Amino acid sequence: MAQSPTLPLSAASPQDHREARDHLHDRLFRYLVMSCALFVLVALLAAALSMLWGGREAFSTFGVQFLWSADWDAVQRKFGALVPIYGTLVTALIAMIIAVPVSFGIALFLTEIAPAWLRTPVAAAIELLAGIPSIIYGMWGLFVFVPFMSEHIDPWLDEHFGPLAIIGPLFQGAPIGLGMLTAGIVLGIMVIPFISSVTREVFMTVPVHLKESAYAVGNTTWEVVWDVVLPYTRSAVIGGIFLGLGRALGETMAVTFVLGNAHRLSASLLEPGNSIAATIANEFTEADSPIYLSSLIALGFLLFIVTFIVLAIARLMLSQLARREGATT
Amino acid sequence: MISMWMRRQLTDYIAKTLGTAATLFGLFWLTWILWTTVSKGLPALKWELFTQMTPPPGADGGLLNAFAGSIVMSGLAVLIGTPLGIAAGTYLSEYARHTKLGATIRFVNDILLSAPSIVIGLFVYELMVRQMGHFSALAGAVALSFIVLPVVVRTTDEMLQLIPSTMREAALALGVPQWKVVRQVLYRASMSGIVTGVLLALARISGETAPLLFTALNNQYWANSLLDPMANVPVVIFQYAMSPYEFWHALAWAGAFVVTMFVLMLGLLSRWLLLNKGKIS
Repeated sequence: MAQSPTLPLSAASPQDHREARDHLHDRLFRYLVMSCALFVLVALLAAALSMLWGGREAFSTFGVQFLWSADWDAVQRKFGALVPIYGTLVTALIAMIIAVPVSFGIALFLTEIAPAWLRTPVAAAIELLAGIPSIIYGMWGLFVFVPFMSEHIDPWLDEHFGPLAIIGPLFQGAPIGLGMLTAGIVLGIMVIPFISSVTREVFMTVPVHLKESAYAVGNTTWEVVWDVVLPYTRSAVIGGIFLGLGRALGETMAVTFVLGNAHRLSASLLEPGNSIAATIANEFTEADSPIYLSSLIALGFLLFIVTFIVLAIARLMLSQLARREGATT
Repeated sequence: MISMWMRRQLTDYIAKTLGTAATLFGLFWLTWILWTTVSKGLPALKWELFTQMTPPPGADGGLLNAFAGSIVMSGLAVLIGTPLGIAAGTYLSEYARHTKLGATIRFVNDILLSAPSIVIGLFVYELMVRQMGHFSALAGAVALSFIVLPVVVRTTDEMLQLIPSTMREAALALGVPQWKVVRQVLYRASMSGIVTGVLLALARISGETAPLLFTALNNQYWANSLLDPMANVPVVIFQYAMSPYEFWHALAWAGAFVVTMFVLMLGLLSRWLLLNKGKIS
């Protein structure tokens, strides 16, 4: 409006002056908040690059071999990531085997089975599990759950499943309580609240008329959930599962306490093992040579890449449902 | 026909039973873990916990320096992370709600939100500890602030998006510049939501151990400078729980009890804040 070049002097009027000032402030504010938002972007990138940089010595010394070498020898300075990678994957797998069905059951209970007055308190209680710091899980695991496993569960498994043909080797070993199975169970408990809250939330986004129509033609609750609710929310439920998987892969303290910190590749789930995060937590301050330190950071880089991929899949899956929601409303 | 109906009813019944059992399964672990924390932590609570320093090996003592260190570092982390997070959340909600850049930042922020905290510890180790040549409380605070940041970004973004656009339009129609609309109208309307985000972030970092292991490390004594290694409750708990001394185990349980109660309290407080907000609007 005031930009017309035929108004030579009025540009200095107080009104215009204020407008110009406000405009400047608006621009500055915009740049300020934008740079903070870009900082988030840069932070993630910087995290990846700094670990790649820190692990460069390990990567250049051991090459691709680093990924599948089972060596971990601080004296001879030979390092390979196979044992920690194996431990991370196995414990996360055990965690998912426990957490996925349980979380689905909890979501089912909280959306379809429980009376309305019970839903909010029970959901809040389950979410409390997510609020407990992981070091508390670790302490509880070490002082309470490990003795319980070594006295009751491990001997029973060894006795009943140990002699079996194919799965037998999984359950043989000294019942010391520390080990992959214990770590997997603790991880499973830790990720249950994450998966169940996502599942519950997406179950609640299912349009009521869809469910009501299914009930109206005589479906049971289970059939409504299995044939209507689950197909409708499939991608988001998978997203929630991957979110939990991302947690399980990167969880550090709880696993450090109960995994036993043994650099040994063993088929038995009852034997101590190691995971990427636990190796880093246990040995970082003890690393006495640059190549040792570099190997640990390289492990961190691997963990970062794997969790990044898993979490990216989770977010994409979750946003698919949100996008469809947006399209239909 | 009857048998098919029976089968369907039976499946339904089994599914319902299993669903209820799953919920009880979850609550069972919650009770067990909380009970352990209370039953082992409560007897270990004593006044010296808050008046004495962490002991040398084999001796009894308190956790004074650890509590102080945790408070200093968490406070500093919140001071660093909150303004950055609120600003970034504001950008996402007010300037980039439907843009590609906004979607990308939101995506990255969500990943940062669930990224393993040990990775953040390694990052800050490379960024600060290695550059400065020694462990420091400052590095610990920066590591924690990277955990605060995404939580605050997310809640600020969500809370601002909840504000009806008529509020913005009314203010803008009066000729108020946009930055003043954001500061004086939107922040006020979503204050309780943003505070909730900060509380949630604080709850998350108060028990966070992994990022402090290689940034703040630990210190048996009182740290006088932010550039020194600083004791903090989670790392002390970790060390003492792994130690062979009974005294230290008791101290670790007492610390664990205090931390857990603090975190649960924060959780309740933020829930209550959100509930109240729901009543007002």
